[in-house]
Formats: sequence, C-alpha cells, structure tokens
Amino acid sequence: MSTAIRWFWYASPQTFFPLAGRIAAACWVGAALLAAAGLYVGFFVAPTDAQQGEVYRVIFIHVPAAWMSMFLYLVMACWAAIGLAFNTRLSSMMASAIAPTGALFTFLALWTGALWGRPTWGTYWVWDARLTSELILLFLYLGFMALQAAIEDPRRADRAGAVLAIVGAVNVPIIYYSVQWWNTLHQGASVSLTRAPSMASSMLTGMLLMALAFWLYSIAASLTRVRCIIRERE
Amino acid sequence: MIAAARTILARDLRVVLRRPGDAATALLFFVIVASLFPLGIGAEPNLLRTVAPGVIWVAALLASMLSLARLFAADHADGTLEQMLLGVAPLGVIAAAKVLAHWLVSGLPLVAIAPLIALQYDLAPELYGTLALSLLLGTPVLGFIGAIGAALTLGLRGAGVLLALLVLPLYVPVLIIGAGSVEMAAAGLAPDGQLLLLAALLVVSAAFAPWAIATALRISTE
Repeated sequence: MSTAIRWFWYASPQTFFPLAGRIAAACWVGAALLAAAGLYVGFFVAPTDAQQGEVYRVIFIHVPAAWMSMFLYLVMACWAAIGLAFNTRLSSMMASAIAPTGALFTFLALWTGALWGRPTWGTYWVWDARLTSELILLFLYLGFMALQAAIEDPRRADRAGAVLAIVGAVNVPIIYYSVQWWNTLHQGASVSLTRAPSMASSMLTGMLLMALAFWLYSIAASLTRVRCIIRERE
Repeated sequence: MIAAARTILARDLRVVLRRPGDAATALLFFVIVASLFPLGIGAEPNLLRTVAPGVIWVAALLASMLSLARLFAADHADGTLEQMLLGVAPLGVIAAAKVLAHWLVSGLPLVAIAPLIALQYDLAPELYGTLALSLLLGTPVLGFIGAIGAALTLGLRGAGVLLALLVLPLYVPVLIIGAGSVEMAAAGLAPDGQLLLLAALLVVSAAFAPWAIATALRISTE
C-alpha cells in the first residue's frame, strides 16, 4: 500500500524535481566512470581486429549508440502513450525530454557508421537496410521534435506529439521490414554488418561498458532536461 | 452511423465539385513532377523505363501530400469541425468518410492518369495494370496516414512543411512495396505478393487510422 502511494507521490512534477536532480547527478558520475572504463578497454585492452585493423574500434561508440537510438524511441513512445492515456503531465514531459537524446544517438550512429564505412567498405554511405531504417528513425525523431516545437500550448504539444510517437512506433517495424525487403530485392547481401562470428571477450566487455555508459548518460541527460522543462512550465 | 458517413461523403464531394480547380491542382502537380524527371536525368529510354515505377510513385506520394493540408482546414475555419466533434456520430466514422471523399477526388484521378505518365516513360503496356492496381491499393493508405498528420498540424503556423516532415517518413513502406510491385512485374515475376502486402497495409490503416485521426482532431480543436 505504501509503495503505491510513493509511486504516485513522484508522479507530480514538484515532488519529482528534487528526486530527478539526485538521480541525474548519480547517473552523470556513473556515465563518466563507465565511459572512461569502456574507452580504456576499447582503446588499450581490446586486440586489433584481424581483418579491419584499428579502425574497427569505432564499434565501441557505434553499436551502443545504435542500440540506444532504437530503444529510446520505444521508451519515448511509452512515456508519451502513458501521458496521453492517464493525462499525467510528467510522463509527457519525459517523452519530450528523451527525444533530443534519442535523435543525438541516431545521428551519432549514422555519423560513426559513415566514418567506419569509408575505410572498410570504401564508401561513406550505402543504401543498406540498416542504414536506411536508421535514417528514417532520425526523421521520425526530428518530426516529433518539430511538431512539439510548432505548437505553443504545451498540453496540446504533449498530446499531439504522443499521437505521432505512437503512430511512429507502430510504423517502425513495418518500415524496418519493408526496407530490408527492398534492399534484398535490389542488391542482395553485398554489404552486411554481421561481425566476425567469435568476438574477443575484451571487445565485448568494452562494448557492454560503453552501452551501460550510454544508458546512464541517456537517463542523466533526460532527467536534466526534464528538470528544465518542469522549471519552465510550473 | 452509416447515414452520417454517407452525408459527410456526399457533402465533401459536392464541395469539391463546386470548386473543381482545387482537386485539379494536385493532379496537375503530379503530371508536372513526373514530367520534370526526364528533363533532369536525361531522356535515355532504358533509363526512363528503369526509373518509371519509382518516379511515378514518388510523384504520387508528393501529390497526395500536397492536397492533405486542405482536408480539415476549411471545416476547421468555419466551425463545421466543432459541430462534427459535438455531434452524436462517432468521430472516427466521420474522419474515415472524409478520407474516402478526399481519396475519391485526389487519389482516384491519380490512378486513372498514371498509365498516361507510364506511356511517357515508355513502360511496357502489360505493366499498366500492375501500376494502376498498386496505386489503387496504395493511395488510400497514403490518405489515411496523411490525414493523421493533417489533423495533428491543424491550424499551426507553417503547417504545410511540418506536415511533409511528419508524414513522408511514414510513407516509406507504401512507396517501397508499391514501386516494388511494378518493378517485380517488369522483371517478369508475379507481383501478387507485393499487391497483397499493399492490401494488408490498406486494411490495417483503414482499421486503425480513423481512431488516430479522431484523437488528433480532438487534441487540435480543444
């Protein structure tokens, strides 16, 4: 019973504000430490790749960023849906706070992917299924942010954004599979992102450390941003 | 419920018939965009034959998006939309009827004129059927998805550009499957699978989009 009350206690922006500050501070520290550890493992411990040499090390940024970009869209759509269904202000604020971080990671995944593609595939960009769906994901994020920015009334912006995020979330799997189908029809599996079957354990450790660091960064950045939104609106 | 849908459909069609210029503009846009591509990429027949399905589909996408902004704007401006929201008929049914009316005056002419564009691109005559059928199945999906965007951006500054940004990424599956079906037929394969996928998209969007459009309209007008 007491836990139920505590949950709703923190659903109010006023009471959530100080808690968000404390969690954000802890997550900033955690993200910095894990990123330092992950980068150390990535640059100094992990062995050089037999086929790709040193350039593969961009994987420690690229793969976690790509994971986060897709995951954050779902998290954003979930918060937006909760905000629309239960009319909770804080949930909608969380959705708006997550969007820029998600867009950032999507852009980062595309950018590092281009830098990785140049030496290994000989080109910055190919119309590979994964690249294309990541690009469309970026457009979806930007559309969500543009819609919210265009609406002056914050409550209308929240709810309009929520409808768009839900429609987008329903569409994401359809887009993903249609792009994959389109790609295989046209050029087959000439370019594949599948890595060498066995990955050295230190590589995997570095990648997981970086993924955790990105997780904590996302939480910290979103909570910091939601604090700004609360301060602006309340 | 059926009566409400029929009334809305008849009314919207009558409004368009009184001012046929509005519907003709989007159609003209479709023809012009499709005619611009050969000027840009060169008139080499083999090249044109290859790009024809994609170009025609992209032009159809842009043309159907162009007319979307008008879908609810007039009703919003003169207060009809508010009466629809207050009325007893379910808003989803009204939204579906409006999308259907919009498709009849903007989508269907597009389907009818597409073979003419295909002629310009020297597409093989046996592909006309697939092209028209894919557009027939695909353009209503564009209408349903686009109407969600139109409802969300109702009454906003710069709604037209914003609408494009919101809606075009969601059009991607329809474009891929629609143009893919024609390319499949051009390669001598049966396009049935793609056409069935388009039909599936149509069923899903017809079932769920009216609900989303109604929610978006309520949000935009409160």
